[in-house]
This record gives sequence, C-alpha cells and structure tokens, in this order.
Amino acid sequence: MRRLLTGNEAVARGVWEAGAGYAAAYPGTPSTEILENIAMYDKKDITAEWAPNEKVAVESSLGASMAGIRSFVSMKCVGVNASADPWMCMSYSGCNAGMVIAVADEPGQQSSGQTAQDNRTFFKFAKYPFFEPSDSQEAKDMVKEAFRISEASDTAVAVRLTTRVCHSKTIVELEDRQEYEPRNYERNPAKYVPVPGHSPALLEKVMSKADRLREYSENTPFNREEIYDTKIGIICSGVSYCYAKEVFGENASYLKIGFLNPIPMNKIRAFAQKVDKLYIIEETDPIIEDEVRLAGIPCHGKDVLPKTGELLPDVLREKILGVEIPKVDVDRGKILPRPPMLCSGCPHRGFFYELGKLKNVMVSSDIGCYTLAWGEPFHTGDAGICMGSSLSVGHGFKKGMDKKNGNTKVVSVLGDSTFLHTGVQSLMTAVYNNSDTVNVILDNRITAMTGQQENPSSGLTAQGDAAVETDIPALCRALGVKHIVTVNPNDLPAVRTALKEALAREGEGPSVIITRWPCVLKKLSQADKEEFPSLYADKYDIDKDKCIGCKQCLKVGCPAITFNSETKTAEINDDCKGCTVCCQVCPKQAMYIKEARA
Amino acid sequence: MTKSVLLVGVGGQGTITASKLLTLGLLESGYDVKMNEIHGMSQRGGSVSSDVRYNDTGKVHSPVISLGGADILVSFEEMEALRWCDYVKPEGAIIVSTERIAGLPIMTGRMEYPEGIVDELKKVAKTVLAIDGPAEAEKIGNSRVTNVILLGVIVKYMGLENIDWHKIIRENIKPAFIDLNIKAFELGKTLLDR
Ligand SMILES: Cc1ncc(C[n+]2csc(CCOP(=O)(O)OP(=O)(O)O)c2C)c(N)n1
Ligand code: SF4
Ligand code: SF4
Repeated sequence: MRRLLTGNEAVARGVWEAGAGYAAAYPGTPSTEILENIAMYDKKDITAEWAPNEKVAVESSLGASMAGIRSFVSMKCVGVNASADPWMCMSYSGCNAGMVIAVADEPGQQSSGQTAQDNRTFFKFAKYPFFEPSDSQEAKDMVKEAFRISEASDTAVAVRLTTRVCHSKTIVELEDRQEYEPRNYERNPAKYVPVPGHSPALLEKVMSKADRLREYSENTPFNREEIYDTKIGIICSGVSYCYAKEVFGENASYLKIGFLNPIPMNKIRAFAQKVDKLYIIEETDPIIEDEVRLAGIPCHGKDVLPKTGELLPDVLREKILGVEIPKVDVDRGKILPRPPMLCSGCPHRGFFYELGKLKNVMVSSDIGCYTLAWGEPFHTGDAGICMGSSLSVGHGFKKGMDKKNGNTKVVSVLGDSTFLHTGVQSLMTAVYNNSDTVNVILDNRITAMTGQQENPSSGLTAQGDAAVETDIPALCRALGVKHIVTVNPNDLPAVRTALKEALAREGEGPSVIITRWPCVLKKLSQADKEEFPSLYADKYDIDKDKCIGCKQCLKVGCPAITFNSETKTAEINDDCKGCTVCCQVCPKQAMYIKEARA
Repeated sequence: MTKSVLLVGVGGQGTITASKLLTLGLLESGYDVKMNEIHGMSQRGGSVSSDVRYNDTGKVHSPVISLGGADILVSFEEMEALRWCDYVKPEGAIIVSTERIAGLPIMTGRMEYPEGIVDELKKVAKTVLAIDGPAEAEKIGNSRVTNVILLGVIVKYMGLENIDWHKIIRENIKPAFIDLNIKAFELGKTLLDR
C-alpha cells in the first residue's frame, strides 16, 4: 500500500516492521513524532516510553537489547550531548539484539535554534556506523537495514535525519511486520563490564568491526552511483541528494552516500575518475569532503558552498551555477515580524507578568515555552543555555555575585519536564553548596513546547496508561529545600507574595516556588479536572464605556486582546480562555464575563 | 513537469488541513507528491507554511519550493502573502484571503497593521485574487471552511478537476461537515471567474 508519510512516521513504521519490541525517547523537535507514532502501534508488539531524558532513553534501550529484544531510541540533535556518556561506552560493549538510534539534526535551526551541530562528527568520534536517508521511503528502508547491520556487527547503529527529512511527506510503500525471534541473554561481563582487564580487547573488537563495515560500505546499494552527464559529478548525502537532483537533473552524475563510517573510498575514487569536476554537497559540516580531500582527490565543497544553514536548491543554483536569486520589488516595510507568543490562557503568563516587574533580579531561564518570556512584552530571562541549566547557572551566578559583594538576587525558572530532565541535580547543588537562590518550577502538568507529551509527573505513560506521578514538592523536600510554596500562576497577588517572601530571605539557602496550572493545550485527565475545577472557565469581554484606553492589559501579551485604534479601547476576541490575568491588571475593572462556564 | 503550490498562514488557520486534502487527492491520482511543512512551535500565532509539489509523469525531487518557483501562492492571511511573495512565479497566481491576524508588535500597540498589501502583491504576480475568506465561508454557513474554499480555488487554477475531490472530502472530513465542505469546495472553484 502506498501512503504519504513524514520521515518521522516512516521511521516509526520501519521500527515496527523490523519487529522491534522496545522504544524510548525524550521529545525534541524535529524528532518528537517518531516516538508518538511508535506509541500508536499495539502495545503487545512494541513498548513505547517517554524517558525523563535522552541518557535514560539510551540506557533503557541498551537494556532491552541485552535482553534480546530489538530496541530503538530517538532524539533531537542536542539530545546526543545529554546522552554522550552511554553512547561512548556502549560503542565498546556493543549490544545483543539489534539497536538503532535515530538522531534528528537541524541544519537550518528552524525550531529550537540551540545548536546546528552536525552529529555525523559525533558518530565518527564515538565510532558508530550510520545511515542518512533522503526521503521517507529511505528512512523506513534504512531503519530496517540498520537493525540487520546492528546484529551483524554487534554495535548500535545510528540513523541521521534532518528537519526536512523528518517533516516532509513523501510516498512510502508499506510492508508487514517481520516476526522477530528474540535472542538469548547470556551473562557476559567481558563484554558489558568495561574494567581495564576487558577494555583493550573491546577496543580491538571495535577496530576489527570497522574493517568489516568498510566492506559493507563499498558494496551496499545505499551507496550508489547514478551516471548521466559526466562534466559535473556530485557526491551527496541525505536531503542534499534531492536538492542536487532538483537543480542538476541529468546534467550531472551522482554518488549518493546513504551509509557512512567507514566511508566507501574505493567507490568514491572510481566515481571521481568518471567525472570532470567533483562537488561534495552535504549538510552541514564537511564530513565526507574532509576525507575525500585527505585521500588526495580534488573536489569542491565548502570552498564554494556556505558553511552553515541548509543547502536548498536556491543556494546550489546561486553558489554553483551562479544564477542570481530573483527578488521582487515590494515594500518590505509592510511585513511585520510575527514572533511566537504564549497562547491565550497560558499558565506562564501571570507568573512572568509579575516577575518582569521586579528590579535588580537576574533571571536564569531554561528551555521550554517560558523561554519566550525573554522578549516582548515581559523582557524577562538573562540566560537559557541548555535543558536543566537554569538552576545551576543561577546558583553559580549567585556565588559569583556574592564573591563581588554584589547584591543581585537570582530567580531561576524551568518547567516540570526540564526539572525532571536534568534540573534535579542542579537544585541539588544549590542545596548542597548552599546558595540563596529562588528556584521556580513552572509545573504546567506536561512537556508543552514540543507538543504536549506526557512526563514522569503528568500521570500518564506514552501509551496512555495511568502512571505513578513524581511528587515534585516531595522531591524538593527530599533534596533538602526548606521553603517550598505552590501557587496558582493566574493569581497575581499570590505570585507577587510568593516572590517577595522568597526574595526577602537571606542566609536560608535555596527556596522553591512551584506554579501549578495546566497548559491550555493539554488534554485533561480526570485528575486534572478534579484538581482544577475552574479551568476553561468563563469567556471575558471588555466594557467599551469603562475602558479608558490605557493599554495596561496589552502588557500581558495575550493573543486574545487587541487594541482598536478607532474606538481607542481594548477588545477581547473569542480566543479568551478565562485565565483572568488581564482582569487583574486593568485599573478600571473593564472586563466582564461574556459567556459563563456551562 | 513538477508543479508547486505554496500554502501559508498563521498557526491554527487550517492550512494543514487544506494541504493534507490536496496531497491525498494527488496521491490517489497516482502522481508523485512531496509536501514539506514548517509549523513552528507549539504556541499559537507563528507564521506557518506548507509546500506541496507534484508531478504527473516523473519524480518530484526537492520537497521545498524554490524562490520564484510556486505556480500558486495561497495565503490564509493578508500580511503573510507579502512575507512569502518571493516564492511565486511572475506568471503565477497569488490568492489571498484578507483576514488580518495581529502579531505581537501590533497586539501590544507598538505597531499598526499595514495597509495597501494587495496593491503590493499586484506588483509580484500576473494573477492576484483577494477574497474575504471568512466572509465567503460565513455565506454558506460556517467561517471555518475557508480552507476548503481555498482548496477549490487551487484545484480550479491548477486544472486538477479530473480528480474526485468530493470523494477525498467525504473520506477525510467528519460526517456532519461533509455537505458544508463540498459546498465550500464548489464555491471556491467559481471564485477565479469573478
Ligand atoms: C537535551 C534536549 N532535549 C530536548 C529538547 C527539546 N525541548 C525543548 S523545550 C522542551 C520541553 C520543555 O518542557 P517544560 O520544561 O515542561 O516546559 P513547557 O514547554 O511545558 O513550558 C523540550 C523537550 C532540548 N531542547 N534539549
Ligand atoms: S503550549 Fe501551553 S505552556 Fe506553551 S505557550 Fe501554549 S499554553 Fe503556554
Ligand atoms: S487595562 Fe482596562 S482600561 Fe486599560 S486598555 Fe485594558 S481594558 Fe481598557
């Protein structure tokens, strides 16, 4: 059956068709939908889990592979950084049943924009073979092949995706699930316990593996030539192949690299001899190019192509063919920016409205929807480096300021999912090494930024089963935090009081404020409905006669509030979720309930 | 020949549904199809786009439309049409629904929604059709079917009437809304003749 699937859907399908029985992931754009799709298959076929972070996902998956079940992990590019430890060590041990790890890089930094790291460098460093699909059909085929190679070579195998492969839909031929006979587990410390006595032999094994894989790399049809006109020869990988074919069609010949590490240098040398001028087109770093140059084969690549960003057809046309990119002559002043903003009814709004009013406070932020508070209209958030960093950066900042005898207060903020990802240890250091920081956990009951995935404190598993909830206040208490308060972030006076009290404390160590209110896009559980009975309450409007046009309510930055420049009054549209934050800032109490809760 | 349709708008406007129906119809007719989506983050209100490319005889290579490469640009929002106008062919068409959605700088009162956008668009492409999408949709009973009206416009302009679109709508729309959506689709097909 032919279906149009995104690369992510195709990877999920490939995992299922390969007979895998276990998958774990932590969400992250553009990889998130892979595990979401695996979770839709029958639980009897495959277990799909959200792990608290990528390191845990890799380790659990290794465990399942050791047990003899084909296992799978997916993550976004920076997830590799968070899980580098097991990646590195597992490359020595290898695995048992096939294990595949899909990593989604973001050459164009379309979504999170933390890094544009090319993880192929990491795969080489950590000694993993990897596949690079160019479309959804290949994504599915390569995942299945990766399981086979994993078992044949006793190593986990990576599949490197990029945003366009993950999010583009292309045609895929569906197949049935292969029945997979689970492998036996035999205790083997020499393989899985890398003490000095075992490690040299393991490293030796890694090296001989590479020799066998080199042969595979030279012979696999995933590394294939397409010979047309030979004046230009193009070596390309991933979606760059599609871009190159779009631009050059049959006016060039291609060597499409779908499998790497090791590189098929004989194939490359033979191809280079057939063509007059050789280009290497790959996103983003010169991984193939550097090796080709080292082998003494003349080629062009990063000398003509940009070193960052995507190599879209427009880029290739301009840089290789010298075609000027058409720009039309319109008044671009009329194109205003449209930055993403917190949803109407977002539980982060009330908290940041109050936090933004405080002076002489350093706000150490993190990665989540609340990162947006750095800009208009809250201008709150001095840093937000990587997941879980807020509490530790805030802790160190406070220590640094104390050394200078500065009196800057520090408020560190992060979401529930980020706290459980890697924030717990950061709070631990704030307690253990004793800093007077205010640590805020924005508990919106879900992992929101990536599209509302469940997490260990949200009450459900990835496959929809009820789960034991991590008790965040109890966890903070167990770490030794003395002052913990939980507030409703939509209650501005309560937020104000909590911040004021926490900031007033000196010499009592870190305190924690937990704001607890669900994300408006969260699918509510029964427990949510019981805990938050006034949720999605009334819809509000503004009484035109009471409004004096002071624009105070616009400062909460709610998409449901606009200013009518003709009547000089504010208006609330149908997007209102009834959070009441704007009602609390209006000096004239101009808001009234338009539509009461049913 | 590979043909390119670019649909743009603001998160939540239904661009995704329109492009999904379009690709399903094209797939059913045996064309090669690729579609690429940029849907931004979870939060509402960002700019969204979806590139649909198809070929009735050969293969589609790039899933991404090039500058000056779209046969038709369909914008669900007025200003978004201008943001994406570099992608349309000079001999192509721009269909813009003149619904206005304020972005953050407008909401906070720092900027005003720009005027004269449709005049700017006329400098870009041979055919420019501006319609008040939600008002047209309201006429047949529901402002939410703007996306299927625009699908009708695309089908007419791209000459894709040979595909059984009613069947695609019936198979992919909730039963209660099928008739409404078919009406919307048929209305869309007539709009270019106005
Ligand atoms: C190491 C790493 N993994 C995954 C991501 C993707 N990511 C960005 S924000 C986020 C979730 C944040 O959830 P939470 O902290 O609960 O905040 P919310 O978005 O719900 O406000 C995730 C998973 C990332 N940026 N870095
Ligand atoms: S998705 Fe949820 S947490 Fe994120 S901005 Fe919207 S309401 Fe807020
Ligand atoms: S805060 Fe009140 S008075 Fe001021 S613009 Fe908003 S609704 Fe009108």
